[in-house]
Amino acid sequence: MKIKKLEKKVLLKNGLVVDFDNRDFIKKDILIIDGKIREIKESINVGDDYKVYDLKGYVISPGFIDVHVHFREPGYENAETLETGSKAALAGGFSHVFCMPNTEPPIDNAEMVKYVYERSESLPINIYPIAAITKGRKGQEITEMAEIAEFGAMAFSDDGSYVQNPLVMRLAMEYSKLVNRPIVDHAEDELLKDNGVMNESEVSTRLGLKGNPAVAEEIAVYRDIALAKFTGAHIHIAHVTTAKAVELIRKAKAEGVKVTAEVTPHHLVLTEDYMIDFDANGKVQPPLRNKKDVEALIEGLKDGTIDIIATDHAPHPIETKETTINEASSGMIGLESAFGLLVTHLVHERKIPLIDILEKITINPMKIFNIPASGIEVGKEANVTIFDSDEWWIFKRENIYSKSYNTPFIGCELLGKVKHVINKNFISIMDNE
Amino acid sequence: MSLSIEHLLGLDGVPKEDIEAILETAFSFREVLERPIKKVPSLQGKTVVNLFFEPSTRTRLSFEIAEKRLSADIINFSASVSSLEKGESLKDTVQNILAMKVDGIVIRHSDPGAAKLLTKFVDAAVINAGDGTHEHPTQALLDMMSIKEKLGTLEDINVAIVGDIKHSRVALSNIFGLKTMGANVFLCGPPTFIPVGVETLGVRVLKDIDEVLEIADVVNVLRIQRERQGRGYIPSLREYRARFGLTKERLDKIKRRLVIMHPGPMNRGVEIDSEVAESEHSIILHQVLNGVAVRMAVLFLLLGGKKE
Ligand SMILES: [Zn+2]
Repeated sequence: MKIKKLEKKVLLKNGLVVDFDNRDFIKKDILIIDGKIREIKESINVGDDYKVYDLKGYVISPGFIDVHVHFREPGYENAETLETGSKAALAGGFSHVFCMPNTEPPIDNAEMVKYVYERSESLPINIYPIAAITKGRKGQEITEMAEIAEFGAMAFSDDGSYVQNPLVMRLAMEYSKLVNRPIVDHAEDELLKDNGVMNESEVSTRLGLKGNPAVAEEIAVYRDIALAKFTGAHIHIAHVTTAKAVELIRKAKAEGVKVTAEVTPHHLVLTEDYMIDFDANGKVQPPLRNKKDVEALIEGLKDGTIDIIATDHAPHPIETKETTINEASSGMIGLESAFGLLVTHLVHERKIPLIDILEKITINPMKIFNIPASGIEVGKEANVTIFDSDEWWIFKRENIYSKSYNTPFIGCELLGKVKHVINKNFISIMDNE
Repeated sequence: MSLSIEHLLGLDGVPKEDIEAILETAFSFREVLERPIKKVPSLQGKTVVNLFFEPSTRTRLSFEIAEKRLSADIINFSASVSSLEKGESLKDTVQNILAMKVDGIVIRHSDPGAAKLLTKFVDAAVINAGDGTHEHPTQALLDMMSIKEKLGTLEDINVAIVGDIKHSRVALSNIFGLKTMGANVFLCGPPTFIPVGVETLGVRVLKDIDEVLEIADVVNVLRIQRERQGRGYIPSLREYRARFGLTKERLDKIKRRLVIMHPGPMNRGVEIDSEVAESEHSIILHQVLNGVAVRMAVLFLLLGGKKE
């Protein structure tokens, strides 16, 4: 992958532009000058002073948005930095990411939010911090949400931990209304989870591994939906994994509760059976569930119960994964493989329209989190992802730009390959085009 | 005689023929153990490492004696490391051992999957001597050997495993092995000790110990760890004993012949009464002797030892 400054005068020729209003892909040329879209027309002709990218057969989408990544900076730079994370994002087609606050120190105050913005200013993607709900992510006292929001935190989350104390969560939700930012909920009751390392089921029983039961998630989701209904706050349930949780969210939405939800590609693609080999790359939180849950998640995606697909990109150095399941860190990287997994498993295998998938990684996150990213419109900053939805490729180690490569998907054949991301006046060039 | 498996990581999926071969070989080694000179040269020139990441004097001694009886060279490694460094030291330790060029590794570790993980790092035969609550195949094999010795067969007999199935080191291997050999397996214990979905392994779960004793040919009594009480798994040892303990009173009511086993160490007066452990029903001491024979058989068959 090459990342370079975007030329001053650019013509994107022959691409198929995503049109969400008409749910279609329309062949159009896009003229970009100084990083801004100046013209969108069926056919645009320009002189020699333009850099022309011939995008015949490629789709031009608004830049992908991932509302859930872990970039580990500061504190765990051996796993990922804002810079390496940016490259991973670009490789996966993401121009905008939200980074979670479980860093060291955690992003739980305005200074830390500022730090993330400053450190990422010169990077080719937009990195938006999510700040902690509670100080130190300890689940005891809420953070200075008003000031933190002023400095640009997009949402609040103690991701990685559940806010176990219901009163603290109630107060956090009430207070969050002051700033109109959602509470992103890592919904897993810690007590019921009881240090379980995989889904509790006949599979965990057979493997002798400690189970983390689906009910730990379901109770957490139920409690927080009840609190959201009670307080009127907006909660966004991160990485939903169980059938029952999908059902609870569906019902709550129907009742008018302000609840939105996301699912990860790995929870859509893998089941707990992956653990049979004791490969710690399959250890994630919440855990991989069973087939029935996967089906329900896909149903939830289809009917709109689940609004967003987010990777929960969680880099970990090799030594923390080349170990027993009990000892291993939780999480897998996801940015580089996400789009290919979605096109392969949802579009190709399950015939879910590509445009529906794109919605979940572009306009839905934009709306739900009020992201100032642009659509493809004249006058706006050029922020697009360009991909070939028909190209098969094999996901290899060398396709990984993250500092870590903890993923079970290496070696998988995937459909749908990202070619370019144009954002912040940069262009990424995949392959060696 | 040879096995279809390369390592003994567990009994899940191990074919009947392999288990039969191990038991048969174990019975022939039992004879060796009863001779005045108890040593054979079968594994001369082979090196075995005993890698114990968790203390277990009994299992470790049993393996060591088995290795010595087979004339293998032995390296002992035990590590009690902090839980943070545990994973790393497993790989590091193993890489050091690789450099020593060994033929077999016996591993004991508190984490499920540790033995399997090891096979990814080494090309020696790996024998799982217990990976947490996952498998402990040699214990199950010695249990099966002891039952077979006593009853002549494993086919169609009723074996009850009583106690803390969920946290047991030996229950799963016993279930897998016994089912493969055609035995019927019953589990009995408080519901907090019964793992979710265990019925899918082909066992029946019963709540009433007296009902279990009515139908069982063999009762394998598991150890109750006293600290479970504080964690709320059981309200008290007193209630446990009253409901599930193998008491003398209970046993006196049973008129049939019943074989009683315990993988040890026993909590006398909790899961089993002393009188029961020492009664003519009990084969607990046979289990210990058979343990050596079974481990000899496994080492011999996996390491390609030569018959005298
Ligand atoms: Zn999370």
